[in-house]
Order: sequence, then C-alpha cells, then structure tokens
Amino acid sequence: MSCLSIKLPGLDLKNPIMPASGCFGFGREFAKLYDLNVLGAIMIKATTAEPRFGNPTPRVAETNAGMLNAIGLQNPGLEKVMSEELPFLADYNVPIIANVAGSLIEDYVKVAKEISAAPNVHALELNISCPNVKTGGIAFGTDPAVAFEVTKAVKEVSKVPVYVKLSPNVANISEIALAIERAGADGLTMINTLLGMRIDLKTGRPILANGTGGLSGPAIKPVAIRMIHEVSQKVSIPIIGMGGVQSAEDVLEYLFAGASAVAVGTANFVDPFVCPTIIEELPYKMHELGFEHISECIGRSWKQHAKIAYSRA
Amino acid sequence: MKKAWMTIISQTNIARNIYEMTLEGELVDLMSSPGQFVHIRVTEGFETLLRRPISISSIDKENRQCKITYRAEGKGTILLAMKQPGDKLDVLGPLGNGFTVEELHRGDHALIVGGGIGVPPLLELTKQLNRRGVRTTHVLGFQSKEDVFYKNEFAYFGDTYVATVDGTYGTEGFVTNVLEEIQPPFTTLFACGPTPMLGALENLYPDKNVYLSLEERMGCGIGACFACVCHLQNDPQGYSYKKVCTDGPVFRAGEVVL
Repeated sequence: MSCLSIKLPGLDLKNPIMPASGCFGFGREFAKLYDLNVLGAIMIKATTAEPRFGNPTPRVAETNAGMLNAIGLQNPGLEKVMSEELPFLADYNVPIIANVAGSLIEDYVKVAKEISAAPNVHALELNISCPNVKTGGIAFGTDPAVAFEVTKAVKEVSKVPVYVKLSPNVANISEIALAIERAGADGLTMINTLLGMRIDLKTGRPILANGTGGLSGPAIKPVAIRMIHEVSQKVSIPIIGMGGVQSAEDVLEYLFAGASAVAVGTANFVDPFVCPTIIEELPYKMHELGFEHISECIGRSWKQHAKIAYSRA
Repeated sequence: MKKAWMTIISQTNIARNIYEMTLEGELVDLMSSPGQFVHIRVTEGFETLLRRPISISSIDKENRQCKITYRAEGKGTILLAMKQPGDKLDVLGPLGNGFTVEELHRGDHALIVGGGIGVPPLLELTKQLNRRGVRTTHVLGFQSKEDVFYKNEFAYFGDTYVATVDGTYGTEGFVTNVLEEIQPPFTTLFACGPTPMLGALENLYPDKNVYLSLEERMGCGIGACFACVCHLQNDPQGYSYKKVCTDGPVFRAGEVVL
C-alpha cells in the first residue's frame, strides 16, 4: 500500500491530489502533457442539463496573489459530457468526480441521476456555490434550508456518493455544512471562490464583463484553511480541501487543517504540470515531518496527538 | 509544447514602451509556425500570478534563439522589461495555431496588415513567406511617430506603408486609409492587431482569403480555463465557441465573432 493512498466514500484514491473542477476542463488538454493516471482523481468541469456558453469576456482578471474569474459555467451540456467527455476519460484508471450544477433543483436532480450512472463517475460534487451565474449556484449554498433540500433531492437519485461544494461567502459556514450532512451528503468539498471585483482605472468600470467574479489562488488559502479547521471538527463526513494550493507544503497544511484529500485549482493555469509535481514531492515532505502515511496528517492541527510526530523523525 | 527555462540574451527598447527580447533555449526547436506565442511567468512569486502571452516575432532555429516583442504596459510586462541579459525565464510554448504559409506559393502576393502590438508576429510571417518566393506588401498602423517600430525590418522584405493616428508619421489615420489609397492586389491577407482593425478588414474584403490573428485576455494559454473564448459567426443558438489560445489565435475571416 502506498503511503499516499486514501479511501473516501466512493473514492479509492492512490494519492490525495486531484485537479479542482473548472481548472482542468474535461482533462483533454492535460492528457497531452502528462499521464493522467498519476492523479488521485479528477474533478471535471461543472455540467449542466443544457449546454452553456457562459458569460461575456473579459472573464478573468488577475489580482494580488490570485485571480478573479466569471466564466459562468460554460460547458457542452449533459448529453455531450456523457457521450464524449466521460468516455474519453474512461481510458484512464482515475476515478472521476462529476461536478453538477443547475438553476433549479430539478436541474441538479436530472444531471445527478444521469451522470452518476456513468461507469467512471465514482462520486458527485454538488456545485451549490458558483458565484457567477444569475440563478442557482450560490443561491443554493448560502441558505442552510435550501442547501439541505437540494442535497437531499440529489442523494435520492444519485448512484454514487455525493460531496457538496461549500461557498465561503456565508456568515456561518458550519451551519450550512451541518445542514448538508443532515441531508445525507457523503462528503464536503471546500472552498469555492470568494466573491470579488476589480475596477479598471481607465474606464472606471469593473474589469470583468460580469462585474463580479470568484477570487481564487494563493490569496484565499488562509480563508479555506480556517474554514476547514472549523468545519472538520463539527462534521463527521470527510472534506476535500481546495483554495490556492500550489505545493506539497500547501497540501500538508490542508490535511493538518482537517481535509482528507486536496484539490489543486488555479495553479494548473500557471503551471500545467503542477499536479504531478506535487504528487512526486508529497512523500518527501511528509516523511521530513515524520509521518509514514498521509492519513496521519489529517486533522493534525486540532486532534489530540497520540504520538508526537517530530520525535519519530 | 513544453515548459522550459529560456535564457535572456538581450533586451532592447525599440519604440515607446516596446521591447524586443532575444531568448535562447531548447523550446526554439519546437517553434515553426509564424503567429504562435509563448506564455511567460514573469516572476516566481505571486506578485503576478498568471503567465503573460507574448508573440514570437522571429525564430532562429540554427542558434536556438527567438525574439519576442511586447509592450510594457501592465504590471507583468513592466516586470518583464526590467529583466536583464543572463536572467532565466519560465516559458511555456510554443502555443496556439499560427498563420499557414504553406498554401501560398511563388508568384502569390500576400498583403500583411498590422496594428500596434499586433505587428511583431507578422515579421516572422513575412520572412517565411518571402523564403517561399511570395511577394509581400506591408501596411502597419501605430498611434504616433514614437510608437513606430519594425518599419525597416518589413521594408527589407517588400513595400511597407505606415499609418499613424495623429499623422506624425506616414499616412494620417488608420491602416484602412492606406489600403484605400494604394488598393494593393493580393491573393491572401494576413492581419494582426486590435479587434476594430480586424473587423474593418473583414468588412473591406468580404470575398477575399483573409486570416486574422486575435488578441484576448488569457488565463492558462492551453485551453483549460475558458477565459479567451469567442462566439462563432453563423451559430444561431450561440453555444458554439472557439478558444483563442488553442483554436487560434489565427482564424479565417468570418469564422468567429469579432
């Protein structure tokens, strides 16, 4: 057994590293650059029932240590994802986590029901936290009662475990997380982007055509760490952590905070080889800190230490 | 496409805020098509997180060197302008589909039109076309006299006309003013520059063989982030798209919505 392997509901991960949804398309671009089999899992781009073009451009704006995006869930729609994208990924021995989005609860249910039947989809990631669409998205993720309802509806139809992606744009994230756990979710993924804006001094208008966008990248890592540290102590379902992960050290910080696996997002845009690089470096960084297996790192920042890692180093 | 370190051989300020940088490295082995670009990480820290897409203006395979030409305007390109010979750069490339020179032959006549920072990739293009025996005429547009660059480099390969918006150099006005004046005959038109210029050319020559290279804000440069998508013409539903970074940056006129 590899020192990096982790078992989560529906997911038998050879390592805890996976590209985050929206930062990896459906894998085609990266498959040209490296063997996707090295990845722990792949979170594919959000899929909606119908095709979506997304928002007008400009859709990205750089910020200090981060970027804003307002892509607007562009995707070819459920039918094409089922007939073209998932079969392409079936050539790889990597579990797929399908990100499911929609405007109405019925949309989520429809997509979840069909996409969870695909043989290589091992889990769903319920996107109730996208800040860049007018209806649905974040509206489902900021109210505990609504989050409960959509999670429960999807759980009833899904053939695979359901993870729910949390929005950081809330006053009390634990309240939402607990509602989602009560609704039967198998896991949480957190965090989605933070709502932000940049203004062009020349035009006096927001840079993004959509006005607002989601902030990602290293700038949001401390926010995500704090939220995972809090939520992981309140719920008993596992968390896949994300937000500004760039290195093996960042991964360990997420695990220490309480995540059981970690997704890499924006960093794929800066260095397309970042995931394999992190996977290669992770065992060394982990051993340096005195851990033999990655599972020993989970929740280390708040768990009662049974043994002191440093004494074994 | 590859990610590799390239060494800066030289860096020259050739016009107002315009820099030409010579880079050396194995990445040059992969460069061939004019109009492709490189995606450069200008700092290893997070001051600027994303890479900067910069046009390749000249390829010298023999010496494993290429030139890139850019305008130092934003935070990233200003940082790039401060780099010194000997510094190394983290470069991803070559990216994108460039201009197809193969469909032109000896005796054909290419009209090459560039605007501002769209001019650089056209220099390698004219070099390759002339190597094939294609005759080239060049029309370059700039804001003002201080912004003009590569006039002599283009003139080496064929007739070269310059327009400046304020009339301080060449014809006063836009490249289209020059084109109305000289009415050049041509088999194929190649253009790179601001979108309004590309749109004007598309309208001016609706029945001609026209290739346009687009500029767009990019994230990843490899087709993963969906930042640089554009709509297709003749697509009533509006779901179809092309990515400027991987499907372009060069498109046939009439293909995408400008």
